[in-house]
Amino acid sequence: MARMPVQFRLNGTDRAVFVEPVETLLGTIRRGLGDFAPKFGCGQGTCGACTVLVDGEPRLGCLTLSVTCEGRSIETASGLADGPTLHPLQAAFMEHFAAQCGFCTPGMLMAAKALLDRNPDPTRVEVVEAIAGNICRCTGYEPIINAILAAAQQRGARRA
Amino acid sequence: MARHQGRGMASINYPIGMNLGGDPSQALVHANPDGKFTVALSAIDLGQGMKQVSRQIAAETLGVPIEDVYVDTADSDTGPHDMGSFASRGTHRVGNAVIVAAKEARGVLLEAAAEELEVNADDLVTDGKGNIHVRGAASKSITVKAASQAAQFKQGKTISGRGIFLIPLSNVNPETGEMSPVTAYAHACLVVDLEVCDETGDVKVNKLTSAYELGRALNPKMVEQQLVGGAWMGMSHALYETPEPYYPNPENGGRDYNEYLMPGPGDIAPHDIAVLERPAPDGPFGGKGPGEMCANPVLPAVANAIFNAVGVRIDTLPITPEKILRALRAQGGARPQARRA
Amino acid sequence: MLEFRKDLFADERDDNLNVIGKGEQRQDMLGHVTGRTRFFDDHGFDGLLHLKVVRSPHHHARIRSIDVSAAERAPGVKRVIRAQDVPVNKNTLLSLIGFGKDDEPTLAVDKVRYKGEPIVAIIAASDAEAMAAVKLVRVSYDPLPTVFDVQEALKPGAVVVNETYPGNYFEYHDKYDHQKLRFGDVEAAFRTADHVLEERYQMSPIEHASTETNGTIAAPETNNRYVVHSCAQGLFFSLGTTAKILALESNRLHFIGGTVGGGFGGKVDSLTEPLAVLGAILTGQPVRYVLGREEEMQFGSPRGAERHVIKDGVMRDGRIVARQITSYFDAGAYTRLSSYGVVKCVAHMPGPYTIPNVRGDAYCVFTNRVPATAMRGFGVTGLDFSIEVQMDKLAHLVGIDPMEFRILNAYRDGDMKAHRRVAHNTALIECVQVAAQKVNWPLSETARRASSLSGGGGPRAAIPPTVTDESGRIGRPETRQAPPQLTPGAAPLPAYQPAPAVPVQQPAAPLPNYPSQPAAAAPLPAPTPPVQTPPPTPQHGAARFSSVFTRRR
Ligand code: FES
Ligand code: FES
Repeated sequence: MARMPVQFRLNGTDRAVFVEPVETLLGTIRRGLGDFAPKFGCGQGTCGACTVLVDGEPRLGCLTLSVTCEGRSIETASGLADGPTLHPLQAAFMEHFAAQCGFCTPGMLMAAKALLDRNPDPTRVEVVEAIAGNICRCTGYEPIINAILAAAQQRGARRA
Repeated sequence: MARHQGRGMASINYPIGMNLGGDPSQALVHANPDGKFTVALSAIDLGQGMKQVSRQIAAETLGVPIEDVYVDTADSDTGPHDMGSFASRGTHRVGNAVIVAAKEARGVLLEAAAEELEVNADDLVTDGKGNIHVRGAASKSITVKAASQAAQFKQGKTISGRGIFLIPLSNVNPETGEMSPVTAYAHACLVVDLEVCDETGDVKVNKLTSAYELGRALNPKMVEQQLVGGAWMGMSHALYETPEPYYPNPENGGRDYNEYLMPGPGDIAPHDIAVLERPAPDGPFGGKGPGEMCANPVLPAVANAIFNAVGVRIDTLPITPEKILRALRAQGGARPQARRA
Repeated sequence: MLEFRKDLFADERDDNLNVIGKGEQRQDMLGHVTGRTRFFDDHGFDGLLHLKVVRSPHHHARIRSIDVSAAERAPGVKRVIRAQDVPVNKNTLLSLIGFGKDDEPTLAVDKVRYKGEPIVAIIAASDAEAMAAVKLVRVSYDPLPTVFDVQEALKPGAVVVNETYPGNYFEYHDKYDHQKLRFGDVEAAFRTADHVLEERYQMSPIEHASTETNGTIAAPETNNRYVVHSCAQGLFFSLGTTAKILALESNRLHFIGGTVGGGFGGKVDSLTEPLAVLGAILTGQPVRYVLGREEEMQFGSPRGAERHVIKDGVMRDGRIVARQITSYFDAGAYTRLSSYGVVKCVAHMPGPYTIPNVRGDAYCVFTNRVPATAMRGFGVTGLDFSIEVQMDKLAHLVGIDPMEFRILNAYRDGDMKAHRRVAHNTALIECVQVAAQKVNWPLSETARRASSLSGGGGPRAAIPPTVTDESGRIGRPETRQAPPQLTPGAAPLPAYQPAPAVPVQQPAAPLPNYPSQPAAAAPLPAPTPPVQTPPPTPQHGAARFSSVFTRRR
């Protein structure tokens, strides 16, 4: 099949790449563009390890075709920090020891960012719902939930 | 329909580094000329924190700040031989190898410092902040950095060390099972509070309360990671997980995370933990290694709490709503047992 | 919530250390939160090829023929790998340490023994092309009868799963069909006990379900070597296994790993390393072999199922006087690490309690399911479940509070354990006391005052006169002894009867490209009885690591 050109913005930088029509965004970001932050955990849309933001909305990279991302803005965990300054979510994940193997972390962070961007002051239940599609086999989720709540609080405090 | 409260407990021990010995781990430690150390290993970090534990053990033994040590693992060209991360052997075996290597490197460091200070190396101590000084005379001191530079550029010494830890293999007697399988045990007792719905068979875990004895907690934050995550896995094993729901029927296994069930972030319960530390005589700084055992007490405690709630015994894991309902039907309904406390 | 009970065992610790005991940040945490941590799959290569395997759709079948001609012509396909391309096709993991016989092919030759067993590997330019070509491989099978229940598998006349072990059990010490534990005389103690309770427990298989699946990227390096990005839980374990299977000197392999997306035991088996490296050798290009999630869940080795039958004798005052445990570990079709889990299980009997008479019999049994492997708590998790539910039942039976009952029977410093080593550094009692305290569970004065440090040893340090026997000695398959059957009251589960397998109608084409193919359609040789096996030749100079791994005694 003929490969097709696609252009989108990845973590603030314009990128152009040729893709197979059936290629997933996850595959394009990882093997096409060399950003290995989003992970392949299932390729079935059931683990959330591939979560990226497409125009600010959380999307499963493994179920999103690259050709549908023409002209969009994509964010991955690689672009979360502002230069050397960590995003409050990253800082909170560190402080709360919210990662063990770290494989789910890039996806968790993006799911959490999407939540905080649209709901800066979520309840615990809202946090749980936001990460309900993200599997973590190591942490038991508790430190992740606490980290997201803490990050929200900290951002709130900064805004106040 | 009614939801019945139940409380159950279980207590366990767990063999640390149980593999009958004969499985060495090695470590290499060396300093750059500024007195910054690298620990080379072939240990595997699966998320349990092998890198950080080795790093803390090395820093403590060397007597230098934690920032002055990094762990490099696992590249078979540069890391010395190690059997691997399984059987709770990592902290115990690798940790002890790191201590041996770090002691040797520290010995050279102190010799270099002694030569510079013109004192006996036996009289030197480290302050853990990057300085070496004469015992009882803090002013007669030299930095680790200066001592390392002197060692490298003036004295021609390598500040390095090699370590191996090997427990000799143990025979197993075929008739009696006599053997030396292990050198240390960790311990735990865990209480589960839950409720069982007698209409749906649904179990909701409300609280876990536990006491874990783990030898010395080398890093309390990482111990907490293991215990919280491990207890979650125990709950998952008890109530959710199976690739063969009607074992020994091999069919009906899950193909993805929607079909293979595990508790999600909305299904977890608070876990109130007490950590006891009875140092293992042969563990690195008395550490044992909580990684494997933390899930184990949860499974029976959940089963026992279900009995306490509705009076049925489910002896086949996982304890699904289907099994509970079938047992309740066979029993003629819920029979709550005496409440405990 | 986490609290430290520094008051307990304080005199056994020096709490004034610099770094140890501090909640320092993990060295790897910054990498995790910035997405910079590199796992095995996070390495870019030009010209990366992708490997997928053809798996058996049958639980047990003879392979009549394999036709790869269409797959070889498929778009993007670079290479098809067959069993005869694998230099040392048959292996067993623990052969590196001299334990057990080689019993598992990397690619199946004349028979498949579990559903999902790899038969052919395809290497193609893309994942999709490799998967498409997998569908073009034609394998024709003669389905064979299956056995899935461990106790059924041990019965005389049962279907032979794995011809290396024709009795369907792993052979211990070259002469027993199981590992035994004998301490005192349980039969005599059962006769004097006030109550005897026998119950049966079943631990489910468990999928490790690490968020990262198993996989490897292997690539030619300079100097005629291969770099291998591996998710192995044992780097040198996997390196040694790969070197053996590929008949390579170990220094031609450069393994890089150590950063793994969860393991829990599921990444000890070297499921992907040997074929990925072989692919790199045969194509001269980087090859990536990663299990998909469904593949991992269905065909990656799980924690094996365990069945434990526990019979206890207990006195009215709550003392347990005898415990007998019969354990069956479901290894699936090949040994992998199950043989080892059995030994670990035996060492764990009878749990953290001092019981004067203990008998254990643990079997490692072969069935037609996916081979099992280690998992978090290996050999112990299922036994702990069984023992602790049994303890709850016993406490109920004699009318004693379950916490009090644990403390009454708990092992203490100085007690003799059933594997004949003196207990020290124990702390079970203190754990029970602290947990009770935390939930306001009332304990008697006696239980509150109990201590692991006192009350042990003395008569409790004695090794009782022990009855050992010859039961369990290996016979030939046709005469082998059936394992002890359950006594009435603990009814066995009905054996699972699978639906009769339907032969797959596929063309049995000749194999033009593989003239040297060993007669794949030839009838299987009849299972040979286990003759005296010669001592294994040590492989790869790895030190033998335990006597369970040693045949010389
Ligand atoms: S990889 Fe996309 S959801 Fe799992
Ligand atoms: S930290 Fe390992 S999967 Fe979440």
